[in-house]
Amino acid sequence: MIYEGKQKIWSDYQKDIPDDHYFYVRSCIRQSFFPASEAAFLKITRQELGKDIFETEHHTTCGGIAYHSDTIPQETAMTIIARQFALMAKYGYENYVCSCITSFGLYCETMETWREFPELEAKVRENLWKTCKLEFAKPKVLVHASDLIYKYRNLIAAQAKHKLVNVHTGRPLRAVEHIGCHYSKMFPSKGVGGAEYPYVLVGMIEAWGGEIIDYPERRHCCGFGFRQYLVKGNRGYSLSNTHKKFESMEPYQPDLIITNCPGCPYFLDRWQYVIAESTGKTYGENGHGIPVLTYEEVAGLVLGYDPWDLGLQTHQVGPEPLLDKMGIEYDPARKFLGKDGKDIGRPESCMYLK
Amino acid sequence: MKNNILIIGGGPAGLEAASGLQRLGYNVILIERSSMLGGHLASWDRLFPDGVSARGTLKGLLAQMDGVKCFTDTEVRSINRLEKSYNVILSNGITVLADAVLVASGFDLFKAEKKEEYGYGIYDHVVTNADLEAWFNAGPDSDTRIDKPKRIGFVHCVGSRDEKSGCRSCSKVCCATAVKQACEMKQAFPDAQVYCFYMDLRMFGRHYEDLYLSAQKDYSVRFIRGRVAEVSENVDGSLLVKAEDTVAGKPLKVTLDLLVLMAGMRPSAAGKRVGKLLEMPMEEDGFFAVRDGILAGQRSGLPGVFLAGAATGPKTLPETVAEARAAVVEIDRYLSDIFPNVKNYKTLVRERW
Repeated sequence: MIYEGKQKIWSDYQKDIPDDHYFYVRSCIRQSFFPASEAAFLKITRQELGKDIFETEHHTTCGGIAYHSDTIPQETAMTIIARQFALMAKYGYENYVCSCITSFGLYCETMETWREFPELEAKVRENLWKTCKLEFAKPKVLVHASDLIYKYRNLIAAQAKHKLVNVHTGRPLRAVEHIGCHYSKMFPSKGVGGAEYPYVLVGMIEAWGGEIIDYPERRHCCGFGFRQYLVKGNRGYSLSNTHKKFESMEPYQPDLIITNCPGCPYFLDRWQYVIAESTGKTYGENGHGIPVLTYEEVAGLVLGYDPWDLGLQTHQVGPEPLLDKMGIEYDPARKFLGKDGKDIGRPESCMYLK
Repeated sequence: MKNNILIIGGGPAGLEAASGLQRLGYNVILIERSSMLGGHLASWDRLFPDGVSARGTLKGLLAQMDGVKCFTDTEVRSINRLEKSYNVILSNGITVLADAVLVASGFDLFKAEKKEEYGYGIYDHVVTNADLEAWFNAGPDSDTRIDKPKRIGFVHCVGSRDEKSGCRSCSKVCCATAVKQACEMKQAFPDAQVYCFYMDLRMFGRHYEDLYLSAQKDYSVRFIRGRVAEVSENVDGSLLVKAEDTVAGKPLKVTLDLLVLMAGMRPSAAGKRVGKLLEMPMEEDGFFAVRDGILAGQRSGLPGVFLAGAATGPKTLPETVAEARAAVVEIDRYLSDIFPNVKNYKTLVRERW
């Protein structure tokens, strides 16, 4: 591997990421899958870094899941998106940051569609006024929330309580980065680092002391792929995609997987359980799985947040081996206690996956 | 007094035209921006379809250059049209009053790293056709990327017939070059398995088909009709190549020790700079436009400016040499018409006859 070659490509794909003042929209599914990630994003950006990140309860889904499942037409999705953008303008913002990768891809696709076909933009403008009585507006800058954490990666490193380094050996932790397909595969210039060798998560890992693994099936889908999972009969494809990735990354012995998509961490995490319980195979050390984290969770650990406040107990694959390597103290007794101190329940014990 | 002719480019087209015009009695000045003459031919090892030595071919071209004023490491600084001539200031400080200009600026190889998914410049064992020729030339220990490979792949059409990379046209020479190089690799590594990934095999020239048949019969090269989708690196440094086999109708995954990218022909950046100075018409793809593709293939849209070789599009070497000779005739006709009273050597001979 020639690192300088990648650096050259990374330098070709940099994007404009303003430093401050963003209108933030959450993901539909991340709050269910990884409930503390978005809260961690807001805490890091607002409290740690003092940035102006505004959100409103009036925003809705972008329509992405329905659009990619062929249940709503593009014009409907574009009108929903126009409403989101109109809210941004209504609250006085020009920079738009979204939590979801599919939303980000759909926003990019919509903006490009409007640029290529102004008559469609005019139609959506009319739809927006008829349905919502809102003025049409477009963001000056559109970024994904991982772009912002990438932008702030060195500021976060400067406040780090822990590094991505094995405290017992001094060795950098080996991280697999997995980028959501909708981040830059459709529009390479919209993603930091492009489509083939995205840098957005690599930059974070490098800044926080870790080491990136480039394995043969790095570009492969996590296994969600919408119809692979949403159509029940196709779920074997979903599982086999994930299985292919783990078989490919296994020789590199990763310590963690970092992701920036709602679906990817879910499938890379949950399917490890299914693979383990159906075949007896685990991919971490000593019967453990490989912990799969969102970038906000990794940033939170680096900043010294309590792992249970970050919601790591909601992962199927236990994060403890990673926490131990990073030298993070945690209270096992608190793992399944909610914010109110009550037991939130715990998963059934597994036969193979520790 | 003789007519001055400036030739821009010291590759095969420029060299062949220079010697031809010199023999007709013109005063020929040839400039080459690099430090040596020969263009891409100078770095090639053997030529398809018969494996002729590139060095020998270049030697033959250079042998006829007596009397031609050659300036290497020299480019055009400025060029202005006068009434019948061009006033050209060169980067070496010399000014030439040229009665005709031949642009033989050739081509640049497509930058293979632009096809990011193939990993050139990123994965250790991905090379280009030019890298392989340099290795053939310099010997087995000259490139650590080529380390006794047991499984070798050739990817045709890298930067050719590819709208995504902005190169729509066929580069014409890559198919035959890939097949030639595949056979040469089998000669060097008889136990190696060699694959060629192609879209169409355009073996159009004399004896090209024989080369293709020989690759299959004598060298057991496996031809797979389909494009390579992506390349990645395994933990042992070998390459994992994903492609489509359109004949079998299936995706394909193969592990290789070496992947050779057949980088196509792109318009020369240096030629484009000259074209910009001259405001010379170009095609959509950046190659220079000729006045008439059939009857005036060596004439540009500008008076007194002529074209030869790959400056007007991808060419094989025989085509390039033939175009250079055609340019000699075209220039001679033009100068005879525009300057009927100028006594070039050829004209004096005619008078004696």
